[in-house]
Amino acid sequence: MSRTGRMLLAVVVLLALVVGVAMWYGARESHQGAGAAAADFSDPGLIERGRYLAQVGNCMGCHTAPGGAPYSGGRAIPTPYGTFFGPNITPHATTGIGNWTADDFWRALHDGKAPDGTLLYPVFPYPTYTNVSREDADALYAYLKSLPPIDRPNREHEVAFPYNQRWLLSLWRAVHFRPGPLDPVPDQSEQWIRGRYLVEGLAHCAECHTPRTRWGGLDRSKHLQGGIIPGQDWYATPLTGDPVTGLGEWSADDIASLLKSGLSTRSHATGPMAESVYWGYQHLTDGDTEAIAAYLKSLPAADLESRGRQGTQAGASVLELGRQVYEQHCAQCHRADGRGEPGAWPPLAGNPSVVADSPINAVRVVLDGGFAPATTGNPQPHGMPPYRHVLNDAQVAAVVSYIRSAWGNRTGAVSLPEARRIREDSR
Amino acid sequence: MAALTISAGAWGAGQDTTLEAGTMAARLAACTACHGEQGKAGPDAYYPRLAGKPATYLYNQLVHFRDGERTYQPMHLLLRTLSDDYLREIARWFSEQRPAYDAPAVARVSPAVMQRGQKLALEGDRAIGVPACVACHGQQLMGAEPGVPGLLGIPRDYIASQFGAWLTGMRNAKAPDCMKDIARRLTPEDVAAVAAWLAAQPVPEGAGPAPERTRPLPLECGSQPVARVTQEVQP
Repeated sequence: MSRTGRMLLAVVVLLALVVGVAMWYGARESHQGAGAAAADFSDPGLIERGRYLAQVGNCMGCHTAPGGAPYSGGRAIPTPYGTFFGPNITPHATTGIGNWTADDFWRALHDGKAPDGTLLYPVFPYPTYTNVSREDADALYAYLKSLPPIDRPNREHEVAFPYNQRWLLSLWRAVHFRPGPLDPVPDQSEQWIRGRYLVEGLAHCAECHTPRTRWGGLDRSKHLQGGIIPGQDWYATPLTGDPVTGLGEWSADDIASLLKSGLSTRSHATGPMAESVYWGYQHLTDGDTEAIAAYLKSLPAADLESRGRQGTQAGASVLELGRQVYEQHCAQCHRADGRGEPGAWPPLAGNPSVVADSPINAVRVVLDGGFAPATTGNPQPHGMPPYRHVLNDAQVAAVVSYIRSAWGNRTGAVSLPEARRIREDSR
Repeated sequence: MAALTISAGAWGAGQDTTLEAGTMAARLAACTACHGEQGKAGPDAYYPRLAGKPATYLYNQLVHFRDGERTYQPMHLLLRTLSDDYLREIARWFSEQRPAYDAPAVARVSPAVMQRGQKLALEGDRAIGVPACVACHGQQLMGAEPGVPGLLGIPRDYIASQFGAWLTGMRNAKAPDCMKDIARRLTPEDVAAVAAWLAAQPVPEGAGPAPERTRPLPLECGSQPVARVTQEVQP
């Protein structure tokens, strides 16, 4: 064998070894908490606890199609890698999870694996659910087992090569998956510990509010610093303590109010967050809501504002057009001073979705309008009309640039091509 | 796209009325921006009148838009986080509004077409198995409680496009979907004729939906009178 041949062989062998080790590492299991299954899964207290936890995690958000039987699957979840369809998790023996054991369920939640060891796609947020305790996993299992079994076959995910090669997930996991539970943090209150457990577990805030790497993993160096939700084209605002774009100026009550009612004096839940509140967070107990708020309020600022695009202001003629559009269409509810009307119409001054670095939320709300979620705390929300058919791209860009620079807001302009792209992507 | 453009004039007009936070008129500004003040109808064929239609009919449509049986993305996006209770209230509010009707449009079709339309509306056509509109939608064609909509005061193009929506699956009702069956039996010419005739009829003074009928309908309809939308997906 020639020298080049030998070198090539060595490289191939080395590469195979690295890939092999990575695959083994990625597919490993932590075994932490395994075998600690609850004694009686028909215990009504356990089932009720599971029902509550399933709401906190908004399991229906992915596992229930619009108008479909609860938890029977079928909801389409668009991602950059293809469209996934939430599976049936009712206890039907063949189309649901009726044959799963509590250990199987735990393994899915904690290790991201199906009962036969198949690696699950991380569109199921197991990289976050891995922090859920065995006790809570058992409660969820007990609740799901108590549901009526629905005979609804799962729909194949529409995922193209190479993402349809599930074995590749072992490599992805080697880089992006760290099995739970969370490391203990000393000297924190019980409330903080509870809040952290929910935020970093079932409430799976990071799955939207943490930006993703090129390969779709959570970028843990920017934990909860806000990011574009892949496949949905909405921007999840930072939950860090940054004063303008994050929660720095919010009180714990503001946070709790948004989670429970969908409204706060600073912003209303819109887009995917409106769904999370509607199906999930509005059902949180007061204690858990306060715990989440306390934990989020403890997150330090991440110095996001010095890195934003403040300063790139629109020209005077654009802002004048924006002001005219605002006066004609927006001021009646959001008021001339951009402060809105508490309980009815959200403020635009200082609203994180308005002053966010990304203009996606503001543009999309202008285009499609929307209602705050109907909740126990706000059962008959006020709605905003869609303007997709009323305003052209130049008017949308102008009015969004205007609200991003009026009343003390200091975020940059949105350009006409940007407004056009958001309109086309969100059609 | 051009077809969906609504005149800015209508929106400006909507804003002449001051919205008072907390009133239903203010809560539902998202609806009336297109469907007109009090749901009296938009300025063109694309946003039908909501005012005065039976509450259960309106509620069924809201649920269908939210849950996808009726496909129209702008309505779906507005309704996706609204509860059954709130949709019921919205339907009730619009069903109780009584804004004046505009004068019917002048029909620009031949007398023969109008004659065919009148025959379908008032007598039906036994040969193709199509009952008269009045058999279900009320003698005054103003609908019937609880779930049958009125057919007057609606633009010709809107009526005609609903038949297309049944054929393409964009619009569905609870099975058995009687209007889908009727849509399949009518020719495009029949649809054009009945839509033209209906759109040309004036609305009788003080007219509203007929009371719930006790006799069975000529066709079985999932939405009337017993099988209403009852599915609750909220936990």
